[in-house]
Amino acid sequence: MENSIAGLKEGESGTIVDLLGGISFQRKLRTMGIREGQRIKLVSRQPLGGPLVVEVERQQTTIGRMMAERIIVRL
Amino acid sequence: MKNIVLMGNPNVGKSVVFSRLTGAKVITSNYPGTTVDFSRGKMRLEGEVVHVIDAPGIYSLIPTSRADKVAATLFAQADLVINVVDATRLERNLYLTLEILETKKPTVIALNMWDEAKHLGIYISDKMLAELLGIPVVPTVALAGEGISDLVKQLVDAGASEKIKPVSEEERWVEIGQVVKKVQTVTTRNRTVWEEFADATVKPATGVPIALAAIFAAFWMVRLIGENLIGYVLEPLFELYRPLAMALSDRLGSGFFHDVLIGKLIEGEIDFVQSLGILTTGVFVPFGMVLPYILAFYFTLAILEDSGYLPRLATLSDNVFHKLGMHGYGIISVFLGLGCNVPGALSTRILETRKERFISATLMAIAVPCMAQTAMVLAILGPYGFGYLGLVFGTLALVYIVGGLLMNRFVRGESPEIFLEIPPYRKPSLRAVAKKTWMRIRGFVNEAVPWLFLGVVLINILYAVGFIGLLGNVFSPVMEGWLGLPREASIVLLIGFFRKDLAVGMLLPLGMTPMQLVIAATLLTIYFPCVGTFAVLVKELGMRDMFKSVGIMVFTALLVGGLMRFLLISL
Repeated sequence: MENSIAGLKEGESGTIVDLLGGISFQRKLRTMGIREGQRIKLVSRQPLGGPLVVEVERQQTTIGRMMAERIIVRL
Repeated sequence: MKNIVLMGNPNVGKSVVFSRLTGAKVITSNYPGTTVDFSRGKMRLEGEVVHVIDAPGIYSLIPTSRADKVAATLFAQADLVINVVDATRLERNLYLTLEILETKKPTVIALNMWDEAKHLGIYISDKMLAELLGIPVVPTVALAGEGISDLVKQLVDAGASEKIKPVSEEERWVEIGQVVKKVQTVTTRNRTVWEEFADATVKPATGVPIALAAIFAAFWMVRLIGENLIGYVLEPLFELYRPLAMALSDRLGSGFFHDVLIGKLIEGEIDFVQSLGILTTGVFVPFGMVLPYILAFYFTLAILEDSGYLPRLATLSDNVFHKLGMHGYGIISVFLGLGCNVPGALSTRILETRKERFISATLMAIAVPCMAQTAMVLAILGPYGFGYLGLVFGTLALVYIVGGLLMNRFVRGESPEIFLEIPPYRKPSLRAVAKKTWMRIRGFVNEAVPWLFLGVVLINILYAVGFIGLLGNVFSPVMEGWLGLPREASIVLLIGFFRKDLAVGMLLPLGMTPMQLVIAATLLTIYFPCVGTFAVLVKELGMRDMFKSVGIMVFTALLVGGLMRFLLISL
């Protein structure tokens, strides 16, 4: 099943399959370690449309909700 | 002279390596974006003196923020690059490494945080990595100074990589994947209790109460250290000094020199706050009243910075800051601004867009009092009770929020979402904290004290030539009519441009009610930044935006001052 990382539950993990958005957005994500093929875990979700904290290879990153919706994962 | 530039991702320890190489003292912390400007130092390399430049951290040579642009420019000037790589995050760090190597600049890699990587069960073959990349790789633990001398040895005959050829972005990632597969072995370990706790600090249900407790504890610590230093150390010291100053006062007799050096005697005695002489108020305000709080604040801030907590706080507060037209990282400028507005203004560089930088710089200048000013407000309003202090700081917090909500609506431009790496928690080392606190205290003494002396001299000259009376008359409609303050308060605002701490002290002899003091102290924060902050803001925002920003400040000061008068005094 494919879903955006924003659709995961806290503590759930998935494999990144696609990054939706412009070249510079994709580059930024990849250079910060969020790229296709990596396992990604949702650590926490801030309320009221706030950012998510995700973890890839032991590194946690805070990422805005709208950006998170463009990271597609397979459960 | 040759330029050696330190390049690397944010928060990999470039500034620590820089300090180790040059012996120069720079601020280092555990959060991405500590270095927003560059530092230049010198070191000896085989008898030749070379420049070493510490650049802000970047993920790619293609810039996205102002700090990134600084780094890209510095890179272009480099004769030799030290690429600092975080061994615990080899894969993502290698992207920048490949970009650098493709430009054919001579490069050496410092594979930093070697100890932490081992601790995490990550093993990297530095020899194989060196072979694959075609350049020297030196494992380092910069915080402990390990590997630095090896690094220096490798600098001597460093050359460009023959192995790495320019490729497309996609191919670069493939290349990185192959390299990492060959050089890195990871043994998985179980999660520790500590990691569970770390996660709890970013989950809203547990993180928010922890954040409130942490902030409360931080302020409590600042007050505790500050008050005790004043009560038990500084005040007794100045009582020892008092007879000396009195003796000098007697010898000088009356006249201009007495006024400038000692100031006015109050009931035949020196009053360290109100006398307004260089050797009385000019020494007592910075060293007897402000310095203890500066020390307390920066000590506490250093612990917060080095622990790695600030990016987590930024995550939790992102919701609020986003509504104010910034994202959560705007909290960094608030924290730094609470110490001194100058580094606070500089730190706005880590924000990506002009809109965010304008809002965060303007709000900080308007509503974030620096520690020097806060210390004086605590001193003059503290005796009247906690409620009055609450009114000042509560009003400022409200101004910050309302100002942000409005500017978010009316300032044109984008406010991008937060995108921030969270560093691991680290135990702050007492040595590093002490060193950083000491550097900042020295900065305060060097920057603040000359302005304070200048302010004191200026007050005396203005009084002597009768300018003070004139100024009071010109501004009396605003001061008396609109703000309900004595006309002499306009002099205080004038002096506030030089030193706000001195200006707050000058409110005392005006014989105001506590409520008037509340209004005046609040206005002193809002109306205009001090000269140091003003200069930095002009540089950061540009003349045009600074002009707008100043307009907002003056307007806010008049509006808030008038409202406070109406609500607190007239009603």
